[in-house]
Amino acid sequence: MADQADFTDLAMEHMPALYTAALRMTRNPADAEDLVQETFLKAYRSFGSFEAGTNLKAWLYRILTNTYINSYRAKKRRPEVADVEDVEDLYLYHHLGADHPGGLGRSAEEEALERFTDDDVKAAIEALPDAFRIAVLLADVEGFSYKEIAEITDVPIGTVMSRIHRGRKALQKALFEVGNARGLVGAAGEGR
Amino acid sequence: MPEPMTEPVPDGRESGAGGDPCDEPTAGFIDCDESIGRLYSYLDGELTEQRRIEIARHLDLCGPCVSAFGFEAELRKVIANRCKDYVPDTLIARVAEAIRSEADLRSN
Repeated sequence: MADQADFTDLAMEHMPALYTAALRMTRNPADAEDLVQETFLKAYRSFGSFEAGTNLKAWLYRILTNTYINSYRAKKRRPEVADVEDVEDLYLYHHLGADHPGGLGRSAEEEALERFTDDDVKAAIEALPDAFRIAVLLADVEGFSYKEIAEITDVPIGTVMSRIHRGRKALQKALFEVGNARGLVGAAGEGR
Repeated sequence: MPEPMTEPVPDGRESGAGGDPCDEPTAGFIDCDESIGRLYSYLDGELTEQRRIEIARHLDLCGPCVSAFGFEAELRKVIANRCKDYVPDTLIARVAEAIRSEADLRSN
């Protein structure tokens, strides 16, 4: 049993992470702020049911994710694309490598990643369908384990794993397309 | 002081400790396809110890896979680092205020 009086001290430090996740979920600052506020209020009201000593951050994410899915997504009535296309392994690695047919050292391919800006990465994540976006976000931006993500999103761990793996590959393709559109990558390898 | 175990364990097959020892000889060597297929689980630290060792052994011998794993690990870092947003001060104030009024409501 957690004491409500401790809530602010314990929970507020997680706001930056929750706000970032809310922005990627809702894709706009006004909705993200509302989502975060609603999450904190719900968490405060339910704090009595939070077991002290367990993972508070994961508990807050669970409320955030459910609130997003139940109210914001429903509100938008956005027809949700349920799936991502299958993208080959190492998509970005191979496509960035294709820039330089002469063969690349490892560091040169990794250096190519530096050309992507914050906005490129955010746009690529936001291009993913909900279920994949949330799984990738929780794993790669927030660093949760598969088990924690299964608990946060209430889906079996096998489904979580599949969403993360397929979502990451789709993200690579989205990132490459964003970069390509800005002329950052790909031109030399594909031009003739 | 306990004696160090210098004697090789004779065979291991009779020990009966865990698993089927007949699996041993074929385990431990995987090809690039398998290695790349488990890349994400490996980087996520989600493999069993046995599987993790198989990948690590493969990486000891395979330059192209080392390079691909390195790239994927770097990409992960880039994605995490590029996804930071500053929380508006107004939001912090708004949430704190909402919680305060909720608390007042409850204490009355």
